[in-house]
Amino acid sequence: MPNWLAIILFLLVVLGAATGVISGAVWSAGFLPAMPGWLIILLKIGIIVFGFVMLVASLMTLVGDRKQSAKIQNRIGPNRATFFGQSLGGLPHFIADGIKMLFKEDIVPNGAHRTFHMVAPALIFIPALLGFSVIPFMDEYCSTGAPMVTPNYPFELCPNGEWLNYFQVIDLNSGMLFAFAIASIEVYGATIAGWAANNKYSLLGGMRSAAQMISYEVSLGLSLAGLLLIWGTLDLNEMVRLQGKLFAGWIPLWGIVIQPVAFFLFFLVGMAETKRPPFDQPEGESEIVAGYFTEYSSMKFAVIQLAEYVATVFLATLTAVFFLGGWQVPFLFADGFHFGGIGAQPDIALPYAVVIAMRIVAMLFKVLVVVWLQFMMRWTYPSFRYDQVMTMGWKIVLPLSLANFFVTAFIVLII
Amino acid sequence: MGEVNVKTLKQKDRTFWEQTYVTEFIKGLGVTMKHFFTNLSPNKEDRDTRTVEYPDEPRDYPDRYRGRHRLMVRDDGQVRCVACMCCSTICPADCIHIEAAEHDDPSIEKYPETFVIDQLRCIACGMCVEACPCDAIRMDSGVHVSAFEDREESFHDRETLMDLGGQSMAEQGGDHIPSPN
Repeated sequence: MPNWLAIILFLLVVLGAATGVISGAVWSAGFLPAMPGWLIILLKIGIIVFGFVMLVASLMTLVGDRKQSAKIQNRIGPNRATFFGQSLGGLPHFIADGIKMLFKEDIVPNGAHRTFHMVAPALIFIPALLGFSVIPFMDEYCSTGAPMVTPNYPFELCPNGEWLNYFQVIDLNSGMLFAFAIASIEVYGATIAGWAANNKYSLLGGMRSAAQMISYEVSLGLSLAGLLLIWGTLDLNEMVRLQGKLFAGWIPLWGIVIQPVAFFLFFLVGMAETKRPPFDQPEGESEIVAGYFTEYSSMKFAVIQLAEYVATVFLATLTAVFFLGGWQVPFLFADGFHFGGIGAQPDIALPYAVVIAMRIVAMLFKVLVVVWLQFMMRWTYPSFRYDQVMTMGWKIVLPLSLANFFVTAFIVLII
Repeated sequence: MGEVNVKTLKQKDRTFWEQTYVTEFIKGLGVTMKHFFTNLSPNKEDRDTRTVEYPDEPRDYPDRYRGRHRLMVRDDGQVRCVACMCCSTICPADCIHIEAAEHDDPSIEKYPETFVIDQLRCIACGMCVEACPCDAIRMDSGVHVSAFEDREESFHDRETLMDLGGQSMAEQGGDHIPSPN
């Protein structure tokens, strides 16, 4: 089979990058309010998916997996491929890898279910990307340009205008449910990929990934139940807004402050959910070759790999949204910094555009920090044995998250 | 039957925190983070990496590294070798070819008209240097023998060997200089 699929995918990535750049330019020119709604949505998808998610995910293959591991292990990492004599921190390696993947032979093993074998990478990849549609990268935009800041929740009002949803693909009031629903669909892709390849190792990997992901899915939701009790909303943007509350005027009430146990559980479960080491049993290099994607080659393999990285970014984004205050910068509100509680005048006044930029940067920064932390853990800890993964999921993490939920419920009831 | 002495080694009990793995996980993360940030340092000296980026950064050979041969020269720039054949005789690989000729200067008996070392045969044992009675051949140039594209290139003739040469501290043809001890 020719690599036309792969070539189309590559073109899509290039087109997406172009879309991202152009839409950025359009945004800066201030044409956005004049554009029709569908175009805005397309732009948002283009920028978020290709300008951020794909960029981070694909760069993680280089920066996270190669350079970071090299630094941890006292090595230098790849730097031999050069552009005009410049190694550029190994960037040419990353591009060379992509090109190599495009030109490799696409092998479908004898006896494989051809359709499922071909569809499976997409089944893994699409849900990984879909989840980002409900992630708020910034608060909604006030059409009059300058929201009014009030001392109490919701802190920012838009009296004469309306809130425009520019920084979130879908403003869904059940965003969290959607995110988890999408995240759990990924199981199908991995399982089908394992089954369709007609390889026992693949099948084992597929079964393992199904078992592991479903086991940890339970704790993933339950660890957040406490937060739902406290905040009483499923809207992700609303959750982030609520994290702007200040305790005693100084301590921002981020998720990690009000639910520290849930944070650690969620982080742990997130790592297991993305099948990253130390929870890489579905891949299980030493036992079952490469698990459910043993029989994948060429761009299909690349897509599965990339989907794992995208899932990592997605879990990091969720962690940032739930626990690290999302786009919130401590003490920063729509008109500037308010230290020690919201007063009539900001302590440091800032124009609205600067606040927006700072908040977006804060969001991206938090995501990157969590991704970095996940990679640190990936390069620090040895993998669990498969039964240990299961024991941990059902006997430790699940009871802990339940206990956390009950204690939180009790406290919420009292208060 | 003698009694079997059994020594019971008491294992250190794991503390509560060690059993939860929480502290140990944080400690482990601390170790990798230390390495990570040390190696991110902009100052190369502070980093912990041991990699030598060889072709870009030539690495210093140790003092006693046996590199390319060199023929030392006299004060007036002529070759120091007196064509005594000691080195070619002792050479186990038989890679030194010397043709002696008479020198115009009556105080110098012989000199090598041709002096060729076949670097493809040379095993870098250093015995020629040991054998040389007048400090004429040395292997301390610190230059490694490079790869050859052509067999001809492996024959290092007298001029090639003298290019690396320098003046010796030993007195030419004179009295034996006693060692300090």
